[in-house]
Amino acid sequence: MDIKRVKDYIHWLYYQYLLITCSYVLEPWERSMFHTITVTVFAMVVYTAYVFVPIHVRLAFEFFSQIFGGQPESMV
Amino acid sequence: INHIVHNGGLYKRPFNEAFEETPMLVAVLTYVGYGVLTLFGYLRDFMRQWKIEKCQNATEREEQKDFVPLYQDFENFYNRNLYMRIRDSWNRPICSVPGAKVDMMERVSHDYNWTFTYTGRVIKDIINMGSYNYLGFAQNAGTCQEAADKVLSQYGAGVCSTRQEMGNLDKHEELEKLVARFLGVESAMAYGMGFATNSMNIPALVGKGCLILSDELNHASLVLGARLSGATIRIFKHNNMQSLEKLLKDAIVHGQPRTRRPWKKILILVEGIYSMEGSIVRLPEVIALKKKYKSYLYLDEAHSIGALGPSGRGVVEYFGLSPEDVDVMMGTFTKSFGAAGGYIGGKKELIDYLRTSSHSAVYATSLSPPVVEQIITSMKCIMGEDGTTVGKARVQQLAENTRYFRRRLKEMGFIIYGNEDSPVVPLMLYMPAKIGAFGREMLKRNIGVVVVGFPATPIVESRARFCLSAAHTKEMLDTALKEINEVGDLLQLKYSRHRLVPLLDRPFDETTYEETED
Repeated sequence: MDIKRVKDYIHWLYYQYLLITCSYVLEPWERSMFHTITVTVFAMVVYTAYVFVPIHVRLAFEFFSQIFGGQPESMV
Repeated sequence: INHIVHNGGLYKRPFNEAFEETPMLVAVLTYVGYGVLTLFGYLRDFMRQWKIEKCQNATEREEQKDFVPLYQDFENFYNRNLYMRIRDSWNRPICSVPGAKVDMMERVSHDYNWTFTYTGRVIKDIINMGSYNYLGFAQNAGTCQEAADKVLSQYGAGVCSTRQEMGNLDKHEELEKLVARFLGVESAMAYGMGFATNSMNIPALVGKGCLILSDELNHASLVLGARLSGATIRIFKHNNMQSLEKLLKDAIVHGQPRTRRPWKKILILVEGIYSMEGSIVRLPEVIALKKKYKSYLYLDEAHSIGALGPSGRGVVEYFGLSPEDVDVMMGTFTKSFGAAGGYIGGKKELIDYLRTSSHSAVYATSLSPPVVEQIITSMKCIMGEDGTTVGKARVQQLAENTRYFRRRLKEMGFIIYGNEDSPVVPLMLYMPAKIGAFGREMLKRNIGVVVVGFPATPIVESRARFCLSAAHTKEMLDTALKEINEVGDLLQLKYSRHRLVPLLDRPFDETTYEETED
């Protein structure tokens, strides 16, 4: 029963995605083209975030902590 | 936001009108949706141009390819690429009288709505929330139908002439006297078509050297009539009295554009109920302005006659004003009387002038006799002159249905435009895919609705428009509300951010909104 509810929920989410991006009115081949492009773009965004964001965040943290935390160290 | 306007004591009752703002996220997503559709539209047009795909709309023949183009291809971009895809929600063929329930022929399309075939099945008893049947007179049985039947056997169906020549029947004279009595004016004249009443009579009233002040959202017939007349047209913001006053002041102070002469006539064109917004005109203020600046008022009561006012006499009675203040009262018989045609009412000199100089009177065929009899019987029923209280009961039932339906929809969380007392209820959909989805889902649940999209409304604000009727019983409304609730959850249409606290006494109550939570 739970599996059915989860499946229905996912189906409903897919339906909302179709409605919001207007792929609900497109023909099947247009819809597959649109899904391919969307999934590709989304995958690229996720990959870029995974590769670059942690390194950038660490560098930024070090930079700012050097500016603010570095002053008392140099005076002592 | 419900605001009550008391403008110097002009209003005898609260005027509750609300147009909730579009939520920002919804507007952005709507534009995203239109962007996707535009891209795919360009792709399909490209394929049609390069013959990769068969072009199914109108094109010239091969021999005419070098001539001046007959069909302007790009102008129909929206038509080809969005309207065609969701076209099955419009032009649905009905095969019974459009009362509270209607039968519809089922159609399918195998090539994505370019052509339709009938399956042969008839979908029965669809709750009809789309017909302008405000008082429920669209019936095929009852006193109106019997009277029309008798007149049909006496006069036949055709008139075969115009009013000026041989088409002036005694039935028309009787109808006009009745309409004048109903409205409280001196005299009235009836025409065969409501659209033609507006578009053919405004040119007879104003001409070059006159000024027309027309509301932003006026109907196409008023716009066409104004343009045909040759007068200067200035537009004021919808139902906005400050905008109208500013235009009037400028017109009086500055006069005509180059010569600075005073305008020959200033005519204000407004409608009683605007059918796309569900808003009611601010008539007391318009009349006060008209008197102050000495201009004339043309009131188009197409949707409000029969539907507003304690005895159905329209928007003038709703505000408790005198019909003498409105110079030209125009209306149609299509909506509340279940017939066809239009009328103009006013002072005797005005109507006598229109009888000779209106294009519609001189060139258009007059009303058909059974239709005239339907109007006479239904009008007498509303006035109570047929000896029963059926008319008054219907007017009251419509008012109760309106208040109940609007309150329940607002409680559910939909964005509803318009005035509390207007029987036209627009429910906002916004996203283009939801237009098609809403129409189809409601039809699956046996409810027929009218959905409206771009050229008739602004591009972001597409809506579904419900027209309530006195023929709807409470059970029908409850069924419809339940289905709308389901479809609203399924399509995520409950955008409203104002939550009404539901009163404990739910059914049929004359309630005013007392608690609002933001």
